[in-house]
Amino acid sequence: MAKALVELIKQKFPADVLETHSQRGDETIVVYAPRWKDIARFLRDEPRADMTMLVDLTAVDFPDRSPRFEVVAHFYSLSKGHRLRVKARVGDSQGEGVEIETLTDIWASANWAERECWDMFGIRFSGHPDLRRILTYPEFEGHPLRKDYPAERIQPLVPYREVPDIHKVPPFGKDEGMAFGRQTHARGPNTDDDDVN
Amino acid sequence: MEPIDQELDPAEIELPTEPMLLNVGPAHPAMHGTVRIVMELSGESIERCDVQVGYLHRGFEKMCERGTWTQVFPYVDRCNYVSPMLNNVGFALACEKLLGIEVPERCQWYRMALGELARMSDHLTCDGAMAMELGAFTPFLWMIKGREMIWDLMEEETGARLTHSFGRVGGMAHPPTDHFKANAEAVTAHILEILDEVEKLLLGNRIFLDRLENVGVVSVEDAVSLGWTGPCLRACGVPYDVRKAHPYLKYGEVEFDVPVGHRGDSFDRFMVRIDELKQSARIIRQCLVRLADSGPVNVADPRVILPPKEEVYSSIEGTIQHFKIVMEGLKLPAGEVYSYTEGGNGELGFYIVSDGSGTPYRVRIRPPCFYVTGGLERVITGAMMADVVPSFGSLNMIGGECDR
Repeated sequence: MAKALVELIKQKFPADVLETHSQRGDETIVVYAPRWKDIARFLRDEPRADMTMLVDLTAVDFPDRSPRFEVVAHFYSLSKGHRLRVKARVGDSQGEGVEIETLTDIWASANWAERECWDMFGIRFSGHPDLRRILTYPEFEGHPLRKDYPAERIQPLVPYREVPDIHKVPPFGKDEGMAFGRQTHARGPNTDDDDVN
Repeated sequence: MEPIDQELDPAEIELPTEPMLLNVGPAHPAMHGTVRIVMELSGESIERCDVQVGYLHRGFEKMCERGTWTQVFPYVDRCNYVSPMLNNVGFALACEKLLGIEVPERCQWYRMALGELARMSDHLTCDGAMAMELGAFTPFLWMIKGREMIWDLMEEETGARLTHSFGRVGGMAHPPTDHFKANAEAVTAHILEILDEVEKLLLGNRIFLDRLENVGVVSVEDAVSLGWTGPCLRACGVPYDVRKAHPYLKYGEVEFDVPVGHRGDSFDRFMVRIDELKQSARIIRQCLVRLADSGPVNVADPRVILPPKEEVYSSIEGTIQHFKIVMEGLKLPAGEVYSYTEGGNGELGFYIVSDGSGTPYRVRIRPPCFYVTGGLERVITGAMMADVVPSFGSLNMIGGECDR
């Protein structure tokens, strides 16, 4: 079923399928990254493939390899009931300027999946309409799922964001709020409200 | 004093309006505590909105890369904290797929029975919360009572109400207790009674129906393109259920139907869950009949399963085997698999990459909620502000799974 599909893609894009395997029955093809989108579009539009659903899109970091990242997409066809994993390898060893084309205009699910991939791995999806961080926050430094991001790294505290036209007040005035618990750690010995306790 | 009935030009009566920016969440009860929606309102209708997730991001996938494969189980519990058993089983199946082993039949029936109980707890919570958010507090209490029974049963079986960490690669942590069958049957029967009561109370209620029917409608094309699976996709009329389409465990041998909706609105999503609860009860009863009272639960493979404690303390082989599995972790062959099961919210996939060592190289969970929540923007744009709550509730976003 999916085997025939792999053959079909090989015929259609003979130069762009770099590798195939089917470990434990998962049909997998590795494609030439610049043709990523063309192959994806073919998978959706070709009636014999009919990949109606982009089930998942993620990446894996192999820091010792070049290209370093594997972008992995899982496709599923609701009508045919077959699945295919398509991978593309991108990025140099430094992990700078990693870029691949977006699939957002083919499947809507690519939108958030690619945002997450950018957030976690720093893979830029060119043509993505809204490539913001999604699970972390805008001021986050680095991309946490890269292998060279230490798991115990602590991110710096983020100051108040400057947003024009919004008047913000701090949550507590100097003499307001609780004098115990989490508030106390920031208080130096010489502050005015020593007498609270 | 000016006369009230002044001659006014109608154009002057029209009040000048400008879009209002409204922030809902993340600390808002209707947002389930973890989602923020920034909306641009024109009057009461939503012109544009931005759904922001990630407030519960704990670095699940990063943490998985630090321990052994077995140590991932407690993390998957905390991904979907409404139906943790389904995640346990899903992850165990992924590892077993890469290992190429299959657990004994007794374990498969046991996993199915526990999994369906977890699915019941998920659907009870979602439908109960949906009703509560619309003001119907009584069905919520009834349904949570039902969930409580499931949790009591789970505690009896696993030792923990919520975070069971009960799955193991190649089996389960313990065989079923002696009174599991009787307990599960009693709980199932009681929940069916609760469902009857809930249906009587809600489905004839004009207010409840008006709030849900034709609200939050999603077309089939949109749902498929957004990667929706599970009850949300089935409510649109697509009968895709992993248990039917690609049976795993023993789902090919039990009889059950896949309920579908036809409008794709919030009410269909509510009803699909109600019907699935009944189907789950059906599956559980068949599992209980087929579940053997004795026999092995774990595979007889010393590479993956810890030896019995008597052997650990009395033989050098047992000690070494135990030490190797605990210290180095069980080893999965190098490679990658994608294994998928039907979670509470849809296709729960695990894409695992192993480099052959005892530590996962990459564990990717395919969270059904993440993709469902990704479609929220499309669901509520153009809707009324008040419809956000039932629409969002019907998607059953689970923060732990969505944000990981």
